Amino acid sequence: MPAGNSTVNDFVVRFANVNGTGSASANFLFTKSIFRMGIPVTPKNIFPSNIQGLPTWYEVRVSEKGYLGRREGIDLMVCVNPQSMMQDVNNVKEGGYFLYDSTKKLHDEFIRSDINYIGIPLMEMCNREFTDPRQRQLFKNIIYVGALCALLDIEVAVFEDLFKEQFKGKEKLVAPNMKALQMGIDYTKEHFKCPLPIRVERRNLLKDAIMTDGNSACGLGAVYGGATVVAWYPITPSTSVAEAFNDYAEEYRVDPQTGKKNFAIVQAEDELAAMGMVIGAGWNGARAFTATSGPGVSLMNEFLGLAYFAEVPAVLIDVQRAGPSTGMPTRVQQSDIMEAAYASHGDTKHILVIPSTPKECFDMTAEALDLAEQLQTPVMVMTDLDLGMNDHVSPPFEWDDNRIYHRGKVLTADYLENMPRFGRYLDVDGDGIPYRTYPGTHPTKGAFFTRGTSRDEYAVYTEDAAAYKRNMDRLVLKWETAKKMVPAPEVYQHKNHQGNGMLFYGTSKYAAEEAMELLKEDGIHLDAIRIKSFPFNHTVEQFIATHDKIFVVEQNRDAQMRSLLMIELGISPEKLVPVLNYDGMPITADAIMKGIKNNLVNKVKEGQLS
Amino acid sequence: MTYVRPKFRHPELKKNKLGYTLSYYEGALSTLCAGCGHDSISAGIVQACYDLDIEPHKVAKLSGIGCSSKTPAYFLSNSHGFNSVHGRMPSVATGANLANRELKYIGISGDGDTASIGMGQFVHVIRRNLNMLYIVMNNGCYGLTKGQDSATADEGSKNKTGHVNLFQSIDLASLAIELGATFVAQSFSGDKKQLVPLIKAAMKHQGFAFINVISPCVTFNNNVGSTKSYDYVREHVEATGTVDFVPAMKEITADYAEGNTEHVVLHDGSMIELHKLAQGWDPHNRISAMNAVHHAKSKGEILTGLLYMEHESKDLHDMLGTTGKALNTLGKDVLCPGSAKLKELNASLR
Repeated sequence: MPAGNSTVNDFVVRFANVNGTGSASANFLFTKSIFRMGIPVTPKNIFPSNIQGLPTWYEVRVSEKGYLGRREGIDLMVCVNPQSMMQDVNNVKEGGYFLYDSTKKLHDEFIRSDINYIGIPLMEMCNREFTDPRQRQLFKNIIYVGALCALLDIEVAVFEDLFKEQFKGKEKLVAPNMKALQMGIDYTKEHFKCPLPIRVERRNLLKDAIMTDGNSACGLGAVYGGATVVAWYPITPSTSVAEAFNDYAEEYRVDPQTGKKNFAIVQAEDELAAMGMVIGAGWNGARAFTATSGPGVSLMNEFLGLAYFAEVPAVLIDVQRAGPSTGMPTRVQQSDIMEAAYASHGDTKHILVIPSTPKECFDMTAEALDLAEQLQTPVMVMTDLDLGMNDHVSPPFEWDDNRIYHRGKVLTADYLENMPRFGRYLDVDGDGIPYRTYPGTHPTKGAFFTRGTSRDEYAVYTEDAAAYKRNMDRLVLKWETAKKMVPAPEVYQHKNHQGNGMLFYGTSKYAAEEAMELLKEDGIHLDAIRIKSFPFNHTVEQFIATHDKIFVVEQNRDAQMRSLLMIELGISPEKLVPVLNYDGMPITADAIMKGIKNNLVNKVKEGQLS
Repeated sequence: MTYVRPKFRHPELKKNKLGYTLSYYEGALSTLCAGCGHDSISAGIVQACYDLDIEPHKVAKLSGIGCSSKTPAYFLSNSHGFNSVHGRMPSVATGANLANRELKYIGISGDGDTASIGMGQFVHVIRRNLNMLYIVMNNGCYGLTKGQDSATADEGSKNKTGHVNLFQSIDLASLAIELGATFVAQSFSGDKKQLVPLIKAAMKHQGFAFINVISPCVTFNNNVGSTKSYDYVREHVEATGTVDFVPAMKEITADYAEGNTEHVVLHDGSMIELHKLAQGWDPHNRISAMNAVHHAKSKGEILTGLLYMEHESKDLHDMLGTTGKALNTLGKDVLCPGSAKLKELNASLR
């Protein structure tokens, strides 16, 4: 046997399953057990665009240092899918471990001399112990979790707690699950030296952190943020946002007396209709949102232009996936940035907020509902598949009960009664944001005609050049106002003024923070900034201005955020060095370090590095 | 350019129960071609809202794009209006209605806006039985782009340039019946006597009320050989019967021949008096209504009047189980679960 790589709380386990076999809950159980031991852990689902029968992987990184991005190199492969076995064998790191179902003998072609094999007769054990075919399937999964419990030294009591919680009200199920777990533990301990050199140790590092996915957090944020109308069309990976909203709203928003709902959710006929409904509701004074992905945003473009020009609040949660076109629907990318920022024909610009954690998904969705009404324009929450569909360790959700909903400049009947002529598009306050009225407010005052055509300050149709231009210029002024209202970036100062900086956003945060730390070990110190919104505010401008070179880390091919920075801030292209990952897998610290080092080393060769 | 109608009115003009004159229900001066059928329909809406004593500000008027979709500017100037994007009025109306169920919603569309680009949304707003009045001002052509055939132009119909339409027309009224619309009527912009009571009944209907109004385009589709010209339509109209609208609480005194008159009670207690002319037609039977439309069509006639209606129908809010209050009036106290619940939720995610 080759020497195993020895580490505590620092390894990657990958599960190779067949989708539709119930493996997801067993795999999550494994992740949760490590989470419960207080060790930073990050799971990634690598799944096919399919319902049943195709290979699916679940990758779990355990990192005492708290590195929560993906890492290349599999230390332990749990292979229960013969379809993908060749690929799975090859993916194991030298010195790593390959756990497989030894009910059938492993073929010679799967034998590598530089890795360790752990054969557990999963099928045989299951068939001997359980008769029901569905049980056989499910308990096979629990047996391999039991094997991991022994191999990695996970506390058995943690599993017992997890089963008890999972089967609350169905206590009968706890015992057979514990039995299957124990079968895995016993067999493994009997046949292999346990624990392995890679193993876990309780640390209690996670304090009050929670583990959840970004889509649930967005749905919850919309409930807390006061959304009452939701319209959506099913599309991976955003579907679970609407579903989460519905679930939470059914729990928190149903009148206990009447059983009536204080929300309305409609599955629309397509994304166009979904956006239309959001705009209709926003126009009529309800907080409304939709959730979609790139293809949906493409379809919603016309409506986004209408909402921009007619100044109607709307919130869109874009859970980005790999494009273009249908692309890779179950893989991640940050490739909707350009399309979202300038969605629709004509001169348009849209507010984007970009979360990195489930907590930020919650906060920013609620905040987007405020911003949309305050600025009377669409606001897009630019999350992605990795954040949306994978579980993440996150700071807990917080809500200040004194917080109020900022509904923006809306005139009441009393106010209208005492005012002279109401001008819907009149810039009274000099910030570019006009006042609006909801339909039905006042019998004789405040009614106006909303349209996508040009109009004057009083909402009267016009083709007058000066009036059109005044309106377009006011929208720019409003954009300037927005810069002071959108979430500010997070700045990482490493006392490297005038030197190199790194800029990133969204789920690149995890790998970027790790890369920053690891680069320090190589003597490369980078300041960094995490962008949380568009338009870019003054801090972003300052950061770029005060550094010589900025590495712009993104998960798309065309360096879209870099283009936005160049366009909106007039930054010279030479100053912004793209560091890109666009293969559909979450970006790794390794990839970022390579990109940065390549550039710095090459520049040294060219004699350009001071 | 939008013209402003002169505000001066005779001081002794009749007022409705709310104290408003008919002129209070008017809009900006129409910029459509002189003689356009659409203006008669706008006038019909003005008359209906005046007669029904509707508070104009409690009405929201929505439209898509096209000549017809411009008309909401020409009626009810004290109502909020929304001229949205082409073919998408139904979704905007759906969102608006979800936000505030207490307003009345009038959607105006055209044959291009509904039967072509907006077909998908038209079909689905019917499925959802949205509580609204949906009027198609149907002239069989694209007026605003100078007269191209629309999907409701009849096969063989000739337009102003002499072009003959090669394709089957889409019959919006039968489609609406087929799709489950709970109120379907058809009318002619030249027949105000029929149109106004139909609009009133439709506005009182709880659920989706559809009126397909043949409304000739005087500029591009009013020529000999067109099946949507004033002359052709006048000659080929066949009514299911006449309709009178009786407001709630009014005693019915009129005396009609037994068997030919039906009183249809609407949800607020008002009534439609229906004097049937069509033989073997039952307005509450979908199959019968469909047969009547097709029967007339096979004779080359256009069947007008009320075609189909359901007494009781569940609208979208009923189906979704939403609160009786307007969602846009709910405050944080009702909407936000608060920090204590969030703490519990956090605990469940550890």
